[in-house]
Amino acid sequence: MAEPAPLICRDIHKTFDQLEVLKGISLETRKGDVVSLIGSSGSGKSTFLRCINLLETPTAGDIIVHGDPIRFTENRKGERIPADNRQVELIRSRLSMVFQSFNLWSHMTVLENIIEAPVHVLKVPKKEAIERAEAYLHKVGIYERKDYYPAQMSGGQQQRAAIARALAMEPEVMLFDEPTSALDPELVGEVLKVMQSLAEEGRTMIVVTHEMAFARDVSTQVLFLHQGVIEEQGTPDKVFNNPDSERMKQFLAPKF
Amino acid sequence: MIDLKGYGPALAEGAVVTVELAFLSLALSITLGLLGASAKLSGNRFAHGVAATYTTLIRGVPDLVMMLLFYYGGQVMVNTLSDYLWYNHEIEFFFQFDPFISGVVTIGLIFGAYMTETFRGAFLAVESGQIEAARAYGFSRWHTFRRIMVPQMLRHALPGVGNNWQVLLKTTALVSIIGLTDMVRVAEEAAKAERMPFHFFIPVAAVYLALTAVTELFIKWLDKRANVGVVQGG
Repeated sequence: MAEPAPLICRDIHKTFDQLEVLKGISLETRKGDVVSLIGSSGSGKSTFLRCINLLETPTAGDIIVHGDPIRFTENRKGERIPADNRQVELIRSRLSMVFQSFNLWSHMTVLENIIEAPVHVLKVPKKEAIERAEAYLHKVGIYERKDYYPAQMSGGQQQRAAIARALAMEPEVMLFDEPTSALDPELVGEVLKVMQSLAEEGRTMIVVTHEMAFARDVSTQVLFLHQGVIEEQGTPDKVFNNPDSERMKQFLAPKF
Repeated sequence: MIDLKGYGPALAEGAVVTVELAFLSLALSITLGLLGASAKLSGNRFAHGVAATYTTLIRGVPDLVMMLLFYYGGQVMVNTLSDYLWYNHEIEFFFQFDPFISGVVTIGLIFGAYMTETFRGAFLAVESGQIEAARAYGFSRWHTFRRIMVPQMLRHALPGVGNNWQVLLKTTALVSIIGLTDMVRVAEEAAKAERMPFHFFIPVAAVYLALTAVTELFIKWLDKRANVGVVQGG
């Protein structure tokens, strides 16, 4: 039997109050896929990413993680909520997220940040978690900063630490929410380089990004979102060099 | 050394009562404060209602009135309950309202209300991204509370807790009204008998001052620890 797809999203809708932000987004990944979600601000790409690990609850649609569909139910007000919080916690532990503003826990050192979830959520023995954490710190190139607190490091170093934290979960899929948008321009490169090396290792990644070069050169699939719908979808070559959508052409056109 | 006219040992015992009373009330008020703040922030309407009633009632009534109400009123309630249980169910149930327990409970309840507000503000000051990261990594609510929210709110809460503590310590002097022989009570008796108010009240004032000074140092030390990982100034 073939291994189930790491992540399938079917017809995801999200409405905030009256505003429909996502109008039916579907996505199917294979192992090793790097999916770039691009589009202008307000297109719904971050909301879609946050629906995948249920930081936002989709109003409609299915999410299937490694063959395991997330179960939903309704609360007394008739709103859709996850049926089983244990399942949500389990699924989140398999989809680790890297945030735009890093969100490293500020009262913990880098090493403590990285072992926290493996030890307390995945129940990995502490010694093993530390070994794993140190290996990933070497990989992202900040091993010598392992005993620093987040506030003592540059943005680029913090984001690399956050990537090590995500890696230490050995997740099914890594979710990146505009990982370079909060960085000074000269620090963007070091983070993108780490992400590229992860892509080359065959990790499954979904990346919300404004870095067009990354989307074009590293991803296997590109989704261009506009006002809550997928305007253009396909290989980077197709989306960037031969788009069908007028909006995609406008989006790519030089701005000045 | 000043001559305490033989009241020295009684004053020392009174000081121990003051310290015990203060620390037990502090423990109770911190527990109530954490519960109250959690209830107010829980999003559960019933829990919020209970906590809001509690803080509004307690903060609006003078400490002394509360203490008298609790001590005398509490005993009447126990007596009534005791009579009821005995006549209707032949159950024997009675206890004497001890002034020490009344003191701890009243002061704990009063300062629990102030602590509730202190902790509530401190929890709200924790950056939402910190909590979101915990959720995104599969933490349960309890784990998020214990490992992320409590350590992070502490640095926002400590200045307020320290302030409450100093007021609490001084409020313990009120228990002499309900007949507890704390340091103030002993000094009052001695001062009356010997007609030497300065002689007895100045040492008492000095003990309070020493207690607040020492605990202030301790709070500064805690504050330093709670602020680990925070870049000052910037």
